[in-house]
Amino acid sequence: MANFFAERYGVQAAELERYLAAALSRGGEYADLYFEHQASSSLTLEEGLVKSATQGISLGVGIRVLSGERTGYAYTDDLNPARILRAAEVAAHIASGPAQRQIAGLSAADLGQRPTASLYPVAQAATDAAMAMKLALVRRADRAARAYDPRIVQVRAGYADELRHILIVGSDGRCSSDAQPMARLSVFSLAREGAQTERGSAGGGGRVELEFFDQEITPEQLGEQAAREAVRQLSAVACPAGEMEVVLGPGWPGILLHEAIGHGLEADFNRKKTSAFAGLLGQRVAGDQCTVVDNGTLPGRRGSVNMDDEGTPTQCTTLIENGILKGYLQDHLSSHLTRAQATGNGRRESYAHMPMPRMTNTYMLAGQHEPEDIIRSVKRGLYAVNFGGGQVDITNGKFVFSASESYLIEDGKITAPVKGATLIGNGPDVLTRVSMVGHDLRLDQGIGSCGKDGQTVPVGVGIPTLKVDRLTVGGTGA
Amino acid sequence: MRPELVELAQRIVTEAGLRGATDCECVIREGRELSVSVRLGETESIKQAEGKSLGIRVFRGQQAGTTYSSDLHWPAVEAMIDSALAIAAAASPDPDAGLPEASEMGVSAPDLGLYFPSTAMIAPEEAVAWAQRAERAALDCDPRLTNSDGGGFECGEGGKLLVNSRGFVGAVRASNCAVSAVPIASENGKMQRDYWYSAARRLGDLESPESVGRKAASRTLRRLGARKAATARVPVVFDPQTAASLLGHWLDAVSGESVYREASFLTGKLGGMVAARELTLVDDGTIVGGFGSAPFDGEGVPTRRTVVIGEGRLESYLLNCYAARKLGLRTTGNAARALAGAPGVSCGNLRLTPGTASPEEIIASVTNGLYVTQFLGFGVNPVTGDYSRGACGIWIENGSLAYPVEEITVAGNLLEMFRNVAAVGNDLVVRSAVSAPTLLIEGLTIAGS
Repeated sequence: MANFFAERYGVQAAELERYLAAALSRGGEYADLYFEHQASSSLTLEEGLVKSATQGISLGVGIRVLSGERTGYAYTDDLNPARILRAAEVAAHIASGPAQRQIAGLSAADLGQRPTASLYPVAQAATDAAMAMKLALVRRADRAARAYDPRIVQVRAGYADELRHILIVGSDGRCSSDAQPMARLSVFSLAREGAQTERGSAGGGGRVELEFFDQEITPEQLGEQAAREAVRQLSAVACPAGEMEVVLGPGWPGILLHEAIGHGLEADFNRKKTSAFAGLLGQRVAGDQCTVVDNGTLPGRRGSVNMDDEGTPTQCTTLIENGILKGYLQDHLSSHLTRAQATGNGRRESYAHMPMPRMTNTYMLAGQHEPEDIIRSVKRGLYAVNFGGGQVDITNGKFVFSASESYLIEDGKITAPVKGATLIGNGPDVLTRVSMVGHDLRLDQGIGSCGKDGQTVPVGVGIPTLKVDRLTVGGTGA
Repeated sequence: MRPELVELAQRIVTEAGLRGATDCECVIREGRELSVSVRLGETESIKQAEGKSLGIRVFRGQQAGTTYSSDLHWPAVEAMIDSALAIAAAASPDPDAGLPEASEMGVSAPDLGLYFPSTAMIAPEEAVAWAQRAERAALDCDPRLTNSDGGGFECGEGGKLLVNSRGFVGAVRASNCAVSAVPIASENGKMQRDYWYSAARRLGDLESPESVGRKAASRTLRRLGARKAATARVPVVFDPQTAASLLGHWLDAVSGESVYREASFLTGKLGGMVAARELTLVDDGTIVGGFGSAPFDGEGVPTRRTVVIGEGRLESYLLNCYAARKLGLRTTGNAARALAGAPGVSCGNLRLTPGTASPEEIIASVTNGLYVTQFLGFGVNPVTGDYSRGACGIWIENGSLAYPVEEITVAGNLLEMFRNVAAVGNDLVVRSAVSAPTLLIEGLTIAGS
């Protein structure tokens, strides 16, 4: 199969070898080139009008040179060979000395290599005909949200997609390319009663084609979800404040794992011993019902990729097995420096960014309990089923995540909806307080993004229903 | 901005007109960056790059379409114009859409002192030396500072060119630089991390790296031994950084975009009392050397000074042309233009006017409360103003900073919080486009043990 960059921009194997040689000309040990072409389109329907519609292209190449623990990085958004060569020479300066490494030879056939995995369809670039189909999706979502309840006063529905072509060439001879689609549909709504206004939102997507929104998650479902959340908040009571039992519903509340343990297990932090999890390998960090994995190989999921942004195939990595810490998330640099196996977690936002260890889809495997039994076991607590964002301080281990939909549990029954609340805890011990794990594992609907060092990458999360015996809930109520 | 780029932008605007656009706006950005990080004295990374990008917005009457790309070669640009026109054809007619009137456009000042070529041209070796000095100064402060997330230095420049079919041509260039340190302290098997940084338009205006390192060290050391606080309703003292984060949420609420969408807790409150009398909040995009300064906004409207809150009263929203038309008001020159999509709203330099009390006096006035120094997470609802964020800081007992606390939340409502401001400090610290002095706010809920 012909390579996208060879076909469209005339990139040739001999040139690539020349760039790599320039990158290693001052004694660097490893160099790689990351070519990226990303075509994006988006449109927003607001007040029933298509107010904003955009198409764009981002194109460039990033050149990285490794020398021990050092990284030199340069990029250019011009694929002119002279510009790429200059960027390679700039990146080379991270090392100082004569060239030491041979560049593994490349052939035109190498340029055609694709990853062995095939986790997603390769969509066609957006066309005008497709625009009408996308428009139909946001109109359907808008209609469904408005029809849900007369108290819905505002709806904003947006559709966005992208197709990212990448080519990764390393001085060790690795050469691989991939085409990565992504689509998402999101709905935001406002409900009003008297002087009170509340919001609701919902979204879904993944590395999918448009049919996904007819077969898997429909615009009608998303419109209704967003409207239901806004209307429900109209009767929400103040969230309680203090330590209590917390039950997390299945799916999106898996953000708990992402914040509480996922970031803390990224190998760069552990290599530098700046993570609260450093040195805990083989030790108990969770209840014995807890097994947590990071899996980049789930077909069509937002957090999945055939290979990471360093050309390493993705895999399913066990992080915690029956409560015992088993592994870290590795990129090329950390795995090389610590002589560990790369796990396919070296990711980057774009050609303008250096790769680093990042999560893909992080979730807990299903347990034995009936979800109803879990809720019934709680005397007074919180049942949280939907979340906004979260954040963690990986050094002291403290994490937070904010519930956008939650309810009081009183005497084993779900009662009043509560206003948005933030849950806060300590990563290395929160999972040791997980006392019940449900059999109902679910993944999120495919709109998650993760930020680290100013870089955003798409990710997924998931959990079955689970109970945390004690967690601090940050509301304003008694 | 290079003359060939100005020519390109003008050619795009003309060409779009020939191909059927009734109006066109073109933005070109060009920039250069250098960023370095060092860790435990050794260089960890050096990143250098130059880039440019182009955004086009066309109108067919009241229908708009936008495209963007980093490919500035003419055949690619022609394709962008055509696809922008095709997108506009599929968009809905919107009577409030459109460029500013010719009479609304212009520049507030020809030179706002934003660009210093020598700052943008610092060599990697010098940058590494700055980062090393900051980190070393931090780690030398105390033997408990045993590890580091590094020292950093970055500098660069960015240029922006805006041209539209109603005759506006504007260009602005700005330089920036920053130095930072992130030391890690450890005691009794527990680690803590904190940071400090200094940013400026010109290298000579930066705090010394030694001063940055020492502040980072003292902020980190004071967190050692942190414990949870008990759940309680208490007064909270916000340091200038956490107070500025509150202004960030207020910026969302006074943005005309949130207001016309009725997605702001300030919708319908123009002219009313929304805060304590002690509070005056001013946005000014014309401050010489300011981090948020520019001669014109994202639509080519001159920037200006706008009193947002005057002694507690909501005097003005911050508006671009679209939000202004939706609300029956005039633009305040606060349009923000990203490459993609329609213009949004942003601030110039948004500052809370300082009061008279020193931060020490404010802390001394609190019998039992929290001095909050950092927030974690995103628990803010801009529609209702409901606020609940993870926090850490120092507990105040009988007017003195007593012991560090962590793993707690601070919760309230943004509108009630501004009404309950009991003191405004005299210590306005300007390190970004949004700045505040120390604030004392009564009646917040702390959740802990």
